[in-house]
Amino acid sequence: MSDATTHDTHEHHDHGPDRGLMRWITTTNHKDIGTLYLIFAFVMLFVGGAMSLVIRAELFQPGLQFVNPDFYNQMVTMHALIMVFGMIMPAFVGFANWMIPMMIGAPDMALPRLNNWSFWILPFAGVLLLSTLFMDGGGPASGWTLYPPLVLQTGDALPFAIFAVHLLGVSSIMGSINIIVTILNMRAPGMTLLKMPMFVWTWLITAYLLIAVMPVLAGGVTMLLTDAFFGTSFFQAAGGGDPVLFQHIFWFFGHPEVYIIILPAFGIISQIIPTFSRKKLFGYESMVFATGSIAFLSFIVWAHHMFTVGMPLAGQLFFMMSTMLIAVPTGVKVFNWTSTMWKGSLSFETPMLFALGFLFLFTIGGFSGLMLAIAPADFQYHDSYFVVAHFHYVLVPGALYGAIAGAYYWLPKWTGYMYDETLGKWHFWLSTIFVNLTFFPQHFVGLAGMPRRIPDYAVQFTDFNAMSSIGSFGFGFSQLLMVYIVIKCVRGGKKATDQVWDGADGLEWTVPSPAPYHTFDDAPVVK
Amino acid sequence: MQKINWLSRYGAALLVGLLGGNVLQAQERSSLNMPVGVTDVSQKVFDLHMLILWICVVIAVVVFTAMIYCMVKFRKSQGAVPSGPSHSTLAEIIWTVIPVLILVSMAVPAARTLVEIEDTRDTEMTVKITGYQWKWHYEYLDEDVGFFSSLAADSNAARQLGSSIDPATVENYLLDVDNPLVVPTNTRIRYLITSNDVLHAWWMPDFAVKKDAIPGFINEGWFEVNEPGVYRGQCAELCGKDHGFMPIVVEALPPADYRAWLASQKGAI
Ligand SMILES: [Cu+2]
Repeated sequence: MSDATTHDTHEHHDHGPDRGLMRWITTTNHKDIGTLYLIFAFVMLFVGGAMSLVIRAELFQPGLQFVNPDFYNQMVTMHALIMVFGMIMPAFVGFANWMIPMMIGAPDMALPRLNNWSFWILPFAGVLLLSTLFMDGGGPASGWTLYPPLVLQTGDALPFAIFAVHLLGVSSIMGSINIIVTILNMRAPGMTLLKMPMFVWTWLITAYLLIAVMPVLAGGVTMLLTDAFFGTSFFQAAGGGDPVLFQHIFWFFGHPEVYIIILPAFGIISQIIPTFSRKKLFGYESMVFATGSIAFLSFIVWAHHMFTVGMPLAGQLFFMMSTMLIAVPTGVKVFNWTSTMWKGSLSFETPMLFALGFLFLFTIGGFSGLMLAIAPADFQYHDSYFVVAHFHYVLVPGALYGAIAGAYYWLPKWTGYMYDETLGKWHFWLSTIFVNLTFFPQHFVGLAGMPRRIPDYAVQFTDFNAMSSIGSFGFGFSQLLMVYIVIKCVRGGKKATDQVWDGADGLEWTVPSPAPYHTFDDAPVVK
Repeated sequence: MQKINWLSRYGAALLVGLLGGNVLQAQERSSLNMPVGVTDVSQKVFDLHMLILWICVVIAVVVFTAMIYCMVKFRKSQGAVPSGPSHSTLAEIIWTVIPVLILVSMAVPAARTLVEIEDTRDTEMTVKITGYQWKWHYEYLDEDVGFFSSLAADSNAARQLGSSIDPATVENYLLDVDNPLVVPTNTRIRYLITSNDVLHAWWMPDFAVKKDAIPGFINEGWFEVNEPGVYRGQCAELCGKDHGFMPIVVEALPPADYRAWLASQKGAI
C-alpha cells in the first residue's frame, strides 16, 4: 500500500500532465478539472448573455421588432437555465476544485475519477439543452420554473430538456459528494473544522444543500415526463392531480438553490475582504453559524415564491415570517464584512473592488428581497419587473461579482503572473455602471405595473426599458474585457510572488505561483 | 443640454415618486412607484410598501455610510495600520437583536393587512373569472351574464411583428380590451378565479389584487372599488406565446349605472 503510494507520487513528479487533448479528457487532477469548469462557465456566460441581449434588444422599444413572442419565451427560459445550471454553478464548482484542496492542505480531491466524470457530463448536457432550440416546436418556453400545464405544451424539446436537467443534476450531486468527502477526510493535520477558511465552510454547506435538493428537482421533472408521455396525472387536475404541487416541489428545490448559488460567493468575499483589509475576518464563528442558519432556513421558506396561488392564511403568515427571518443571518454577514474593514488597512485592487461592489449591490438585492417577503405587498410585486430587478441584483452584482472577484484574486496563483491591474479596474467600473443602469430602472417599471416575461409592453414603460437595454449591452460587452485580461494574464506578465497579496492568509499562498501540478503531497501541519 | 433636461426630469420624478407618492392623485399614475389604487386594501398595501421601503432606505443609509466611512478612513495609502478587533460578542448581539425588532415592526402591520385581505365574508355579488390562452372570460353569477374579454383590435394590429404601426399612436397600447369587466363601486365584490388551460394570474394594480388562475381549482378573493373609473392591468403568470397580450380592464360604475348596464346586457342575450 505504502509502496504504491510512493511510486505514484514519484511518477507524477517526473512526468507532470499528459500532453495535448487527452490531458484534458482523461485528467483526474483537481487543478485541471477546476480549469475546465471555469472555462466552461466562462463560455456559458457569453452564451446565456447573448440570449439576454436578444431579450433586451426586443425590449428596447415597445412593439415587436426582432423576434416573435414564442422565440422570446424560449430565450427567457434558456437564458435562465444556462446561467443557473451552465454558468454560475459550474463556476463555483471550478473554484471549489481549484481551491479547496489547496486551502485544506490536501493533495487532490478525494474522488478524482468521479471528479473527471462530473465535469465531462456538463458539456454534453449543455449541448443537449442548447440543441432543443432547433427541435420541432422550439426549445422550452415555459420559463426556467417549468410550470405545468404550460410546460407540457412544449414540442419535441420537452424530454430532451428534462434529460439535460437530469444530467446537470447528476453532475452537481457527484461534485457535491466529492467536495464533502474531500473536506471531511482530507484536511491537513491541525486543520480542525473551525480553522477552515470561510470559502471551504460555505462550500461544505452548499454541497449538503445540493445533495438534499437536486434529487427533489429530478423527481419533479421526472413526474412532468411521466405526465407528458406515460399517462400519469401528477399535475393535471383532469386526472386528479394538482398543478400547484409542481410549484411546491420546484421551489423546495428552488429556494435552497438560491443559496447554493450565493453561499460560495459569500465564501469568496469572506476570503477577499480580510486580505485587502489586512485583518482577520471579523466574527469568524458567527459567520459559520450564520451560513448554517441561512442553509437551514432555506428549506422552510419555499412558498414565498407562491403567495398568489391561493394558500391558506396560516400558510402565508408562516412563509412570510420565516422568510423575513433570513434577513437576520444575512445581516450578520454584511455587518461582519463591514467590521472586517473597520480599523483595517485597506487597498483597492480589482478583487477588492468587485468584493466591495458585491457588498453594496448584494445588500440592495437583500433589501428588495425583504420587501418581497411581505406577503400583502408581494401581491403587487409578484411576477413583476420588481422581482426581475431583485434577483438580478443578487445574482449578477451578487453571485457573478463573487466569481469575478475570486477569479482576479486567484489568477496570479493559477497562472504565475499578475493580471493587468489597470484593465481590471476598468472592467470593474464599466461593469458596475452598466449593471446598475440595467437593473435599477427595472424596480421602477415593476412597481409601476410591468409584468415579467413579456416581449412587448405599454408605452409608459418605454424610457426605463430603453435605459435597461443600453445598460445590458454595455455590461455584456464589458465582459469581453475580462476575456482579454484573462488571456493576457495566462500568456505572461509581471511574475507573481508565492504570497501574491501581502495581506493574504492561508495554505494556498504557501505554495509556489503558479501552483505546481501537484501540491501538498506531504501534508502541511496547521498550527 | 438635452441630457440635463432628461436628468432633471427623472431626478424630479424620482423624488416625487418616492417622497410624495401619497399626494399623487389616484388617477395620476406614477411611472416609478406602486399605484395607491382605489380600494381600501390597495391603500393599505401601498402604505405597507412605503413603510418597508423607508425602513430599508434608513438601514441602507446607516450601513452604506459605515462602509464608505471604512473605505475613506482606513486606507493603506493614507498610512492606516490594521488595529481593529476581529471579534466582539456585544456588537454581534446588538446587530442580531435590532434587526429582529425591526422585522417584528414590519411583520405586525403586514399580518394585519393580510388577515383583512383574506377575509372573504360578507360579499354582495360574485364574478367568476376564467383564464384562457389568451383572453379572459367574465361571468356574473346568478345574473346570466357572461362574455370574453380580449386584447383590443388596434393594439392587436400594432403588436404584430413588423407591423410598422407605432405603439405610441395607439391609445392604451396593450392595456385595452374589447369588453371590460364592469363592476359597481362601493360594493364588496367576491371573485372566483380559475383557468381553462394553463396557469394565468389576474393582476389589477389599482386594487392590489393578484391571484393565480389554476385549471381544475377555484381561487377566491374580493375587492371593493371606491371610485368610478377605468382600471387597467395584465396577466401576470407566463401562459404561453401571447402572455403579454391578454390585458385586464375593469370599468367601475356607480351602482345605478351598473344596474342599467347589467340590464342592457341581459337584453342583449
Ligand atoms: Cu395569461
